[in-house]
Amino acid sequence: MTDAASAHSSQHPPYLAHHFTDIEQQNESGTLGMWLFLLTEIMFFGGLFASYAIYRLRYFEAFREGSHLLNVKFGAINTAVLIGSSLTMALAVRAAQLSRRKAIIAFIILTMVLGIAFIGIKLNYEWSADYHEGLIPWMGFHVESPNAAGVRLFFCFYFFMTGLHALHMVVGLGIMCVLLHMAAKGRFDGGYFAPVEITGLYWHFVDIVWIFLFPLLYLIGGRY
Amino acid sequence: MSVHVEPVRVYVAVFLGLMVLTGTTVAVAFVDLQAFNTLVALTIAVVKMLLVVTFFMHVRHSSALTKVFIAAGFLWLLLLMAFTLTDVGTRNIPQQPEGWGESTTTVPPPK
Amino acid sequence: MSAALAEAPPETRVHYLNADYGIKSWLLTTDHKRIALLYLGSVTLMFFVGGAMAVMMRIHLIDPAGALVHPDTFNKLFTMHGVIMIFFFLIPAIPAVLGNFLVPLMVGAKDLAFPRINLLSWYLYIAGASLAVYAMVSGGVDTGWTFYTPYSTSYAHSQVMATALGAFILGFSSILTGLNFIVTIHKMRAPGLTWFRMPLFLWAIYATSIIQILGTPVVATAILLVGLERLFHVGIFDPAVGGDPILFQHLFWFYSHPAVYIMILPPMGVISEIVTCFSRKKVFGYHFVAFSSMAIAVISFLVWGHHMFVTGMSVYAALIFSVLSFLVAIPSAIKVFNWTATLYQGSISYQAPMLYALGFIGLFTMGGLTGLFLASLATDVHLNGTYFIVAHFHYIMVGGAVMAYMGGIHFWWPKITGRMFPDTWARLAAAIVFIGFNLTFFPQFMLGYLGMPRRYATYPAEFQVLNVMSSAGASILGIGYLIPLVYLFWSIRYGPIAPPNPWRATGLEWQTSSPPPTQNFEIPPVVKEEAYAYGPPGSELEDAHD
Repeated sequence: MTDAASAHSSQHPPYLAHHFTDIEQQNESGTLGMWLFLLTEIMFFGGLFASYAIYRLRYFEAFREGSHLLNVKFGAINTAVLIGSSLTMALAVRAAQLSRRKAIIAFIILTMVLGIAFIGIKLNYEWSADYHEGLIPWMGFHVESPNAAGVRLFFCFYFFMTGLHALHMVVGLGIMCVLLHMAAKGRFDGGYFAPVEITGLYWHFVDIVWIFLFPLLYLIGGRY
Repeated sequence: MSVHVEPVRVYVAVFLGLMVLTGTTVAVAFVDLQAFNTLVALTIAVVKMLLVVTFFMHVRHSSALTKVFIAAGFLWLLLLMAFTLTDVGTRNIPQQPEGWGESTTTVPPPK
Repeated sequence: MSAALAEAPPETRVHYLNADYGIKSWLLTTDHKRIALLYLGSVTLMFFVGGAMAVMMRIHLIDPAGALVHPDTFNKLFTMHGVIMIFFFLIPAIPAVLGNFLVPLMVGAKDLAFPRINLLSWYLYIAGASLAVYAMVSGGVDTGWTFYTPYSTSYAHSQVMATALGAFILGFSSILTGLNFIVTIHKMRAPGLTWFRMPLFLWAIYATSIIQILGTPVVATAILLVGLERLFHVGIFDPAVGGDPILFQHLFWFYSHPAVYIMILPPMGVISEIVTCFSRKKVFGYHFVAFSSMAIAVISFLVWGHHMFVTGMSVYAALIFSVLSFLVAIPSAIKVFNWTATLYQGSISYQAPMLYALGFIGLFTMGGLTGLFLASLATDVHLNGTYFIVAHFHYIMVGGAVMAYMGGIHFWWPKITGRMFPDTWARLAAAIVFIGFNLTFFPQFMLGYLGMPRRYATYPAEFQVLNVMSSAGASILGIGYLIPLVYLFWSIRYGPIAPPNPWRATGLEWQTSSPPPTQNFEIPPVVKEEAYAYGPPGSELEDAHD
């Protein structure tokens, strides 16, 4: 039995799944699979972006007015925070490529901290303020303006889109907890770091969605 | 799966570039450029996206297949928006161009 | 090699069915073949649930004033029939049953790229289907499977949320299946299996998977917005506060039109396999058939507006969608020409799979041609919302997709179960289905042309004769579907044991035993010849596939 077991492990490394012929095929499949999933996410968010674009074209003034009720300062800070978390995530992948266990853990934790900061800023400084100002469409919406109906529509999209984005971030943070656990156990090295790379792809995508959300929600129509 | 290990300075450079672009897009928003505000904001967003995709997501070292898939994704989103706009954007155009005469056929009422 | 494969009968040889026993070995399996059987059971069940609703509707419509149910219940019947048949039968059936079983075998791999995700797909299917069935038994939903706003968002008091959530979850199942197939086909083909040596079934599955990846998320967005609207009453689709109900239709049909190609491309792939085998000829114009599948996948995304010609669209937008809709018919026509040319001067035999395939070619052509009436703006204004549309899509979906599904199930049954089915009964059932189908749906073309609206619980008395004909046909069709249920089950126990390649077909799946071992191939295959390398009777090539 031990002979068979040792022969088995010498045939292929433990992280190679049985249905793949070699680790290259496994890695390429995993990356391609994640990119395909990201394609579906482009279309999922894309449907919302398309709807937003159509309503913005139709109710330009109202959407501009709604946009001005958002806090550019915190939007910009959050953009910086999220881009920073993308940097730390990229560095985490790099650390995995170089088999640096402590660095992987450090960078993943940093990424999570920045991600939590993003959500914290949103919840604490933006959404709670929106609630008190009566900007949440289904929780005491109150805007004095001839364009109130359009402003309400704007805020529908604002909350749906940033809410969906935040949900994706929370899922990403959950995945990173799993990654942390795996990294702590020393599962990643130069030969096997696919989970880190794939999580990185997902996290960068979440960043890209925000890169578009920020100008489209906070800056449209100009702030002059 | 990229086996190229990107030097740290490349990542930091991209990060700084993204920061500068973020600052720029905020600053430009406060300038009155009429219709160009949107164009500038979207262009900057696209550039930022390309930086993240190319460097952070390692696409510059990825296979042609990956690049084709990514391009397809954005193309499809464009198709969704463009074709929907053909309807939304043309709804209130008068159907009958001016100068055309009135209809001369009469349809008999149903029995 | 064939002698070694044939020697041990299924009872003594270890294969995927007897490799492990117990309910956990099925519910926690990652073997694509077992997952395919899990899907087979589930989709068959949903097919008969949806079919039962169709039977109730046809009984109801025997009488112009409605013979069976209250009009509100009738609304729920056609809605649930549509939801179940489309989301829980047609979309998963061939990809998740035949695709799951065959894709790894046809590429020469041990499994799909992501076996655990494959199992997750099935559980997502079950979750979605459970929600749909729950919705059905706890009041039903009456919005039509199309969930048009603002009725579905502001006025419907039925189980819209549960059904919508069920469809949403099903969408994830569909996406993950498509993702798995694309990666498998790109990365796991056996040595020597170039793209243009693949069986056309794989091209069809690949094209289908692309549609699933790019289209399904948009209907997810549409459903999400409907759900949020029902929850929060914010007015995204409510014209009174500036919302646009037509926007929902754009988001919905952006997916749902390509979805019909998700439902028809895999059947087309099956037909390519069957027609070649039972004509003993390689397919005519392999590249044309392969590229036409890709063309359909792309163009299908550009035509969705033809479902919305009467929603107030300007003639300019309608023009664009109309022209593109005519265009999308071309690749489908190319396939029909190529299958016909394959048949020409072939050595044709008429076992049950071939009968289903021949039926497909004729009925799909009729359904497809009637689509052109609907792509044409002027005629669509008259025919939209009538039984002409109902007949059009049933010719394609039932006369086309379901017949191809039945043909495929029969064709690969010996591979899946290791048993042969009784061909005489199978041919009888195929003939009954063909007759019943035409009797059910041809009168509906006439009804539609004469102006009978669809989704109505009552109708003017002058339409009764055609309606009764249609209902009579439905009963015959039902019998035609029940008969295979009986003899296929029977064959699992009592059918003659099948050799590895009972049809002497080409393709890697026939180079392994029936049923295959869990790892699919005893020796990993290497491909050395082109697809469909059939030869004239008595030639070397002919015998080489025994």
